[in-house]
Amino acid sequence: MSESHAVEDALQHSEERFAEQGAEHSAEEVRKHVRTYLFIFGTLLVLTVVTVAVSYLHLSIVPALIVALLIAFFKGGLVARHFMHLVGEKPLIFQFLILTVVFVVFMFILFIWALLDQQGVRYGT
Amino acid sequence: MEIPYTVQPRPDTGVTNSKVGIWLFLASEIMLFGGLFSAYVFLRLGAPEWPGSMAGHDYTSASEILSVPLAALNTVILIASSMTIVMAWASLMLKNFSRYKMYMGITIALSFGFLLVKGFEYASKFEHGLFPSESTFLGIYFVLTGIHAVHVIGGIVVNSYFLGPGSKMWKTNPQQFTNRIEIAGLYWHFVDIVWIFLFPTIYLL
Repeated sequence: MSESHAVEDALQHSEERFAEQGAEHSAEEVRKHVRTYLFIFGTLLVLTVVTVAVSYLHLSIVPALIVALLIAFFKGGLVARHFMHLVGEKPLIFQFLILTVVFVVFMFILFIWALLDQQGVRYGT
Repeated sequence: MEIPYTVQPRPDTGVTNSKVGIWLFLASEIMLFGGLFSAYVFLRLGAPEWPGSMAGHDYTSASEILSVPLAALNTVILIASSMTIVMAWASLMLKNFSRYKMYMGITIALSFGFLLVKGFEYASKFEHGLFPSESTFLGIYFVLTGIHAVHVIGGIVVNSYFLGPGSKMWKTNPQQFTNRIEIAGLYWHFVDIVWIFLFPTIYLL
């Protein structure tokens, strides 16, 4: 039995039990989520192939970096949005994440600043 | 002592306390890996050549030292495990416990698969005398992938508990157990995201 058939079978079987037990989320709602998960899974696999394929183009470092990071951010975004249920998440979680990103960017700037200083670039003198 | 709001959302935050806890933990993890990625960029941009000379050879790209096919395979393995753990959670939402056990079992098997592939990679490096002390590139490579592997091991421990003894909660408090699997899943997806960034950064650039 293929994986998609197994999922469909499981969903159909569990839907009956779900109705009996009166769960909070409707089975149709969860079924819809599962379809989305399968689509995201496929997209992530395709993007992984694209990432590797682009590396064989032997681009120079700057375009290679931009393409690789764009794909990585897109893939990470898909995982966070759908698998981690950030879509429709409460504002508090986003407040945590925004604050964290601000600190990460600040830390990154400190590293770059230190690098420039090491290479003899001086500011404000 | 009973921890409040593990099943129902806390009225003022709108989410369960366990979800607040895991996201705060993940925030600290973002800072950890953010610092390591920053260190990688700092070392790379500051290096006269990258990866440079090691074990008597000059290398011009990371793919000459590291195995891109193995790393790509590990990427597929981790993405698949993210899929299976979210399916494990969905199975619990559908009150299908046996299906949950199957998906969680597959997730753990994939996690071991990831470590096995990583073990092959490390063994190959050591056979050729490529140790962390050999060069800056190898140093940051082993630190980044090693810390990530420790996170994978942590995930295996937690997921195995929820597959084994921890799953007894399903009989007594199914809603809280479902929430626990969602929380474990959030951690596991984070481990996946870190690898999604590690793979191109270290292996392909």
